[in-house]
Amino acid sequence: MQELIHRAKSLLESGEVVRVLGWRKGENDWDVEPAFFATTEDLEANFIYNGFCGANLSKYMIEASKLDGKTLVFLKPCDSYSFNQLIKEHRINREKAYIIGVGCKGKLKIENIDAEGILSVDGAGYPDCSETLTVHTLYGDKEIAYKDAMLERCHVCKGKEHKIYDELLGDSIDTCDADRFAEIAKIEAMSPEEKFAFFQAELSKCIRCNACRNVCPACSCRKCVFDSTKFDSAQKANTTSFEEKMFHIIRAFHVAGRCTDCGECSRVCPQGIPLHLFNRKFIKDINSLYGEYQAGADIDAAAPLTSFRADDAEPGVGRG
Amino acid sequence: MPVTENWKPKIVAFCCNWCSYAGADLAGSSRLAYPADVKIIKVPCSCRVNPMFILRAFEKGADGVIMCGCHPGDCHYSTGNYYARRRMTLLFSMLDYLGVENGRTRVEWVSAAEGVKFSETMNSFVEKVRSLGPSVRLGDLRCKN
Repeated sequence: MQELIHRAKSLLESGEVVRVLGWRKGENDWDVEPAFFATTEDLEANFIYNGFCGANLSKYMIEASKLDGKTLVFLKPCDSYSFNQLIKEHRINREKAYIIGVGCKGKLKIENIDAEGILSVDGAGYPDCSETLTVHTLYGDKEIAYKDAMLERCHVCKGKEHKIYDELLGDSIDTCDADRFAEIAKIEAMSPEEKFAFFQAELSKCIRCNACRNVCPACSCRKCVFDSTKFDSAQKANTTSFEEKMFHIIRAFHVAGRCTDCGECSRVCPQGIPLHLFNRKFIKDINSLYGEYQAGADIDAAAPLTSFRADDAEPGVGRG
Repeated sequence: MPVTENWKPKIVAFCCNWCSYAGADLAGSSRLAYPADVKIIKVPCSCRVNPMFILRAFEKGADGVIMCGCHPGDCHYSTGNYYARRRMTLLFSMLDYLGVENGRTRVEWVSAAEGVKFSETMNSFVEKVRSLGPSVRLGDLRCKN
């Protein structure tokens, strides 16, 4: 962490960048938040990079691209896909960003640690990330494996290679230990009744807080359809069970082919809804029908929903 | 909702102005029968069909939704139906994933000369939806009738 602060300070002092986009310390180890830093003193006092810095900073670069001067932004390997995708969509000005690719050893989810009265967590600090985490609680210490506390997305990590950067700092550890589409295949194999019951149970938890939309780097439209007062979905008080389903289906559809599977939607959901299941279903279908495609990996590749082939699969193929 | 002897499915058909709607017209002027349960909505091009249209149709009580357009390669706007094809493939796959049976959604390409195909398609689709029974999965509770 010190080397990140050190490097950021020297870039600020040299005038190469005028602000730094990073993570700010919270009251506890785990409530870090994305923040802009304009002074070296602020950086020194409040900058943090630890196991809880899961937040993807790419989306904040849309606003930063409109400001004067360059912004130093820290990107983890998976965040660099989102950044690339936003460049492709002309939402970010590459010239306005100085990118430091930071190493990632898997990010943690505080809900997974879930110990009564947590006071602090040892082992989540970067770069001393360890195999085990020691959780200090009101009722004594508790040890848990680092892997058990990781975010879902880190178990299906896309790789530790930065897709775009100006310089790299820090080491990474490969955390991938699961099949990305295993869960999707499991749901696909269910009967229609079971599928519906599963999603009904998950989506009925939705409180329409819009956190998934607000955090999503692909959801960056200036005007969102879900803010339109013409739809019931904009008025949360009126929202019925159907509107919740529609919100999630349409939101997933709007980012289909552009979603990099960064997993931010599932990370921020206060109700713990596995929202990545929607996006990943589209990714799985796109991969199998239109060829392997990873949004954000290649700026020049044709996007699946804005291109076509004369011999694409028919929607009726293989249907009951 | 119990399925009674007299139950009739509600089917929404999105037909493109240039081919399928004219195909429906031809079916009519050729005196070919297709079930009255099919309500046709004319769209300028199959590409005009927003995924929201399909979901809203189910919300308002449709039991099946079918989209018809020009045959690939014959689109009045050259390529609209190619894009629509990809979109609908993904959307219908998603609906299936959420528990809305495959049989309730369909895409067919019907040209202006295919009145017979239009009527056959609608007959078989209505038959299929009838066998699946009323759609309860995406209906809005407020829209019961």
